[in-house]
Amino acid sequence: MEATSIGAGGGRQRPSLEAPSHRWGEKAIVGLLALCGVLSVLTTTAIVVSLIGPTISFFGEVSFKEFFSTGWFPTFEPPSFGVLDIVAGTINVALWGMVFAIPIGLGAAIYLSEYASRRVRRVVKPILEILAGIPTVAIGFFAASFLIPIVQDVWPGDFLGGAEKPFLAIAAGLGIGLMIVPIIASISEDAMTAVPSGLREGAYAMGATRAKVAVRVVFPAALSGIVASIVLATSRAVGETMIVVLAAGSSPDFTLNPVAAVQAITAFIATTATGDIAQGSVTYESVFAAGTVLFLMTLVMNVISIRLVRKYRQVYE
Amino acid sequence: MEAYQPPTERTRLAVAGARASVAATLGNQPRGDVIRNNLFAGLLLLSVLIALAGLVALLAQAFAEGASALGPNLITNPPSTIDTANAGFRPALIGSVMMIAFVILLIVPLGVGAAVYLEEYADRTRWWNRLIELNIQNLAAVPSIIYGILGLGFIVRGPLDLGFILIAGAITLALLVLPVVIIAGREAIRAVPPSIREGSLALGATRWQTTRRQVLPAAIPGVATGVILAISRALGETAPLLLVGATVFVTFDPTPLGDNGYSALPVQIFQYATRPQADFQTLAAAGIILMLVVLLAMNSVAIWLRNRYEQRW
Repeated sequence: MEATSIGAGGGRQRPSLEAPSHRWGEKAIVGLLALCGVLSVLTTTAIVVSLIGPTISFFGEVSFKEFFSTGWFPTFEPPSFGVLDIVAGTINVALWGMVFAIPIGLGAAIYLSEYASRRVRRVVKPILEILAGIPTVAIGFFAASFLIPIVQDVWPGDFLGGAEKPFLAIAAGLGIGLMIVPIIASISEDAMTAVPSGLREGAYAMGATRAKVAVRVVFPAALSGIVASIVLATSRAVGETMIVVLAAGSSPDFTLNPVAAVQAITAFIATTATGDIAQGSVTYESVFAAGTVLFLMTLVMNVISIRLVRKYRQVYE
Repeated sequence: MEAYQPPTERTRLAVAGARASVAATLGNQPRGDVIRNNLFAGLLLLSVLIALAGLVALLAQAFAEGASALGPNLITNPPSTIDTANAGFRPALIGSVMMIAFVILLIVPLGVGAAVYLEEYADRTRWWNRLIELNIQNLAAVPSIIYGILGLGFIVRGPLDLGFILIAGAITLALLVLPVVIIAGREAIRAVPPSIREGSLALGATRWQTTRRQVLPAAIPGVATGVILAISRALGETAPLLLVGATVFVTFDPTPLGDNGYSALPVQIFQYATRPQADFQTLAAAGIILMLVVLLAMNSVAIWLRNRYEQRW
């Protein structure tokens, strides 16, 4: 009986913690916001869909064997679709860009994170941001009107065929290098700054010089971030259009020669898809097939770099 | 001669002497190490200087080539292949301004909405939310020309079938820069401390009321900075526009829905830059100066916003 009376005493109606209304408005808003997020997935889907359709009908007319060979002349009669020519063009330009940008970008990152005073950093970092914000058409113009003549002047005579052409892969490469230096510098610097100062101090206490601390302690500890920055920069270099259109030319050539005029994948797409090419023709579809190759190349690199950035964030944050 | 030395000077000397003797005994690093260290520092400084020199050379080159064409006719006159002395960028500028207006209309609600969803509502343990995140990070790095293909295959033709009109270009640019807004918006929202939300929720506000009246106002400077960065990217972007119709040499003022062609500032610069004659090169350089001035102004506004309204919690 005692127990029941206690039960009766506690048996008053408990206040409900449920919301008094269903809050349909709140739910509708969550739905709308989620839709905005889903839109990004739809964008990727739309990219894939718009690439895949014409690419499939392209391979209905051109064999894989022909596609993965050399000789890219889609507008010739008879046309030839050996994509390796323009893939080589892309690699050629991106390669010289990376040869320029990796040492410069990493040097700048180490300098900013390990050597520069607060004041210097406050001046240099915004300048690098300005460089990152320069539209690529301006860099392309710079590469074509400034870098090409300079390369022609300093190139030793007939070495590798001589540099007396209106377009040079290495000029486009240097322009691209200038474009991606800020990417490498800023992501690498982030990764190096994230290395705990305890590691540095330990090394200094052992008598290491600044150079040794930077190269043997900070650099290896930040490696995943540094590699991520390089991979992302490569992806940007491969996907860049205006610089290669203006400075590397539009003549497909299966070569890594820095003083050749080459056509990159992006340059092919930009110069071919602008004309009034008939929708449904093989030439039209070849634009999408080339786009698919480009998309897959950059997708692999982007995913690798996103994974690597996550890794260093997990370790030190 | 010097009978008296001020005590401060003596103290300074004493400190310097003590420091030198400590350095002599403890800082005795091998000579090779010291040389290598200095050499390394020199190389690092050199790499920074090369990057800066590249920027300076780029600006100097544009000014050297384009200064002679600078003048009001750049803004007021249409492009011309005949009267190059008076040719300008008027239709391209109008096209750029219109497109940017539409881009803002699209990216602000969509970008902020996605950022709010991911930061305030999404459960990160669910695979679809992680997929959205990974997807946005990847979209930020997809080459711009691929967005051009998307615009051509999906917006100009295909499902949306808008034709080669200015709006199609604006939608393409908006999709291209949307990840920038989302990523910047998320960072701004994340910077609002949880205590603000908890205080609001404890007072009985609903989740959306909290987001709308507490979190978003506090995040506005960061979001605005992201939007401006996105716009400056959209303003300088050329490649995707080439595929969605901004190609013709437009000499008349474009309209949003007119299907007889439109242009944008960087596209017009590109048009001039591909012509080898000196007159066109000068015009291209002048256009680049014009574009860089606009971009610099926009970025200054972004930095000013960031400094003026940034809240320290």
